[in-house]
Amino acid sequence: MAFEYAPAPESRSVVDIRASYGLFIGGEFVDGSGGRIKTVNPATEEVLAEVAEAGSDDVDRAVAAARTAFDQVWGPMPGRERAKYLYRIARIVQERARELAVLETIDNGKPIRESRDVDVPLVAAHFFYYAGWADKLRYAGFGERPLGVAAQVIPWNFPLLMLAWKIAPALACGNTVVLKPAETTPLTALAFAEICQQAELPPGVVNIVTGAGETGRLLVEHPAVDKVAFTGSTEVGKQIARSVAGSRKRVTLELGGKAANIVFDDAPIDQAVEGIVNGIFFNQGHVCCAGSRLLVQESIAGDLLDALKRRMALLRVGDPLDKNTDVGAINSAVQLERIRRLSEIGDAEGAERWTAPCELPDRGFWFAPTVFTGVSQAHRIAREEIFGPVLSVLTFRTPAEAVEKANNTPYGLSAGIWSEKGSRILAVADKLRAGVVWANTFNKFDPASPFGGYKESGYGREGGRHGLEAYLDR
Amino acid sequence: MIAEEPPAETAEHAARLAIRKTYKLFIGGAFPRSESGRSYPVRSASGDFMANAALASRKDARDAVRAARSAFAKWSGATAYNRGQILYRIAEMLEGRRAQFIDEVAAASGDGVSAASEVDAAIDRWVWYAGWSDKIAQVHGAANPVAGPYFNLSTPEPTGVVAIVAPAESSLLGLVSVVAPAIVPGNTVVVVASEERPLPAVTLTEVLATSDLPGGVVNLLTGRVAEIAPWLASHMDVDALDLAGVRDAGLATDLEIAAAENLKRVLRPVPASSDWAADPDVQRMLTFMEMKTAWHPKGI
Repeated sequence: MAFEYAPAPESRSVVDIRASYGLFIGGEFVDGSGGRIKTVNPATEEVLAEVAEAGSDDVDRAVAAARTAFDQVWGPMPGRERAKYLYRIARIVQERARELAVLETIDNGKPIRESRDVDVPLVAAHFFYYAGWADKLRYAGFGERPLGVAAQVIPWNFPLLMLAWKIAPALACGNTVVLKPAETTPLTALAFAEICQQAELPPGVVNIVTGAGETGRLLVEHPAVDKVAFTGSTEVGKQIARSVAGSRKRVTLELGGKAANIVFDDAPIDQAVEGIVNGIFFNQGHVCCAGSRLLVQESIAGDLLDALKRRMALLRVGDPLDKNTDVGAINSAVQLERIRRLSEIGDAEGAERWTAPCELPDRGFWFAPTVFTGVSQAHRIAREEIFGPVLSVLTFRTPAEAVEKANNTPYGLSAGIWSEKGSRILAVADKLRAGVVWANTFNKFDPASPFGGYKESGYGREGGRHGLEAYLDR
Repeated sequence: MIAEEPPAETAEHAARLAIRKTYKLFIGGAFPRSESGRSYPVRSASGDFMANAALASRKDARDAVRAARSAFAKWSGATAYNRGQILYRIAEMLEGRRAQFIDEVAAASGDGVSAASEVDAAIDRWVWYAGWSDKIAQVHGAANPVAGPYFNLSTPEPTGVVAIVAPAESSLLGLVSVVAPAIVPGNTVVVVASEERPLPAVTLTEVLATSDLPGGVVNLLTGRVAEIAPWLASHMDVDALDLAGVRDAGLATDLEIAAAENLKRVLRPVPASSDWAADPDVQRMLTFMEMKTAWHPKGI
């Protein structure tokens, strides 16, 4: 007997979206000199607001405001005072948690359950964690001198959380920032600007410039920034690495991934299935560390795939504001097109597609949870980051083969291991060339835990004591 | 033995003609000539001919990278204790040939006064880094108190194959100061010796070859930095690039741009005026290490 879920929509009344937003420079919202960008709700295609597209003059102004704030206020301020501002911000995020979660869900398309239970609590935790470091830097081992002005460019998959990962450590170390949110998800960053005002953060310490790739390029290449921090695609990461060559700028890059999720024959199947689902369908698969390659030991592949498909059939895809929704909307038409195209390539190259049976809404951007079997290492769906709810399944016979296949990628961000045998987990974890290894779990994040990649997944770490290194000089 | 013998050129009453050494490359534990068959004359600080050094080619650079990659699994998989023992053994071997190195360093730099202290510092630097092998993970790793029932441990690991342009001025101490921190955590290296002062580096490879260092962990090329370094910077199986000894700012920028193609970790050039005798810190080691964070649930 099946129980149907009644709709359980979260109320939108808690958010107040303005029709139009300017740039946040020097503690105030100001008009931009460039064009305007519309941001839409990807679940309905409704236009939510217009934001400014910052041009060269705007970026100059923002960097100058950050420089002044660094020289005159934030740099000289004792760490214990900086800490108090960050604690204030953490508290205001907690106070406005519901509003931020709903706003994030509307602008991004992710299920309210995720923005409410994962993103926003982690944002508050991140500010709380780094607030505590601000007056303890001498114990961290990376020096105590801030670098100056940080140019920070973040992606659309975890808009407010990525903002927190960038801004909290930068400010704790005494830097000031100019941050550019993604063009499709600017609204929570602009809400954060209001939080900075509520916290009475000194003007210019945090500046938010909205825009698309060109605004990001202007910011990253600005001669007066001392530090560049970028989260996004490996392709853009390489452009940034080239653009800073020969300069004095310090850089950290958190880029793409193609994580292997390795399931051994002794793994607890039900837990592993939950981990696989969480690994690839969490946040619609818009996760750089998503477990997008399932490596399953051949002897249990049939049973595991049957259980996985049974579980996938239960995923509820639809209205992101419904509290029962598991998988929300694809963030943009552009991303949906990319997911479709790579999936079609998967078909064309001979992999077998299975799609979870579910009804998709008529409007908005949607892609049903999908698994490809019969995938070989040469297939593009096994090599390229799809950044969507698409899982590629490969099999292996021996642990050595699993490790070799897992490492056979230019990426190295994350990996998963499922086994009941402790010694095997430790031996395999040692051999995986990835910055985060989840054993018998997946997609866990914490402000105290360093995150970042090997190889072409980028360099530098965010989170934990190690996350301070990117913002300090010895 | 060799150290006792004064160079033939300065021997006043040489009863016999001295046997000269052929200065070759060091790749995969062997001492090949350049596959190109080329060499270039190396002169002392006073301009006298000292030797013909191998003029390494693109093919030599690729062979060296292949040797370094092949050696990586074994060297990075060795215990930290074992790597520390081997680095200490290098110091022992170097100490035993101290006089020879003083002669070679002095001939290269023309500074007979500071050569002894440079060699002593180079020996001591191996000892300093040897001790780091089983401590860097303790100092730089972390047990992270995450908000949930999880074991969470961060451990630094070697990055992989590191290509190094050794300092141009400090032929031995500069070289040791960039190679030792790269290999002690378990990286393997391809190092381009000082272009004008390559001979102490070549002699150092004789020390490395007799210190139980597995072949391929350190590979040495001699020749033109501007010719070899671009092949290393653009090589897709090189994980990191240390530009310590690059003197041409334009070349350094070009190398950093080439390195972006597979996102090599890059250490930018060290100013020519820098004092390699100063106490090092841990930064060079950490630049060529990756932090791995492992999670596991706790539960009964």
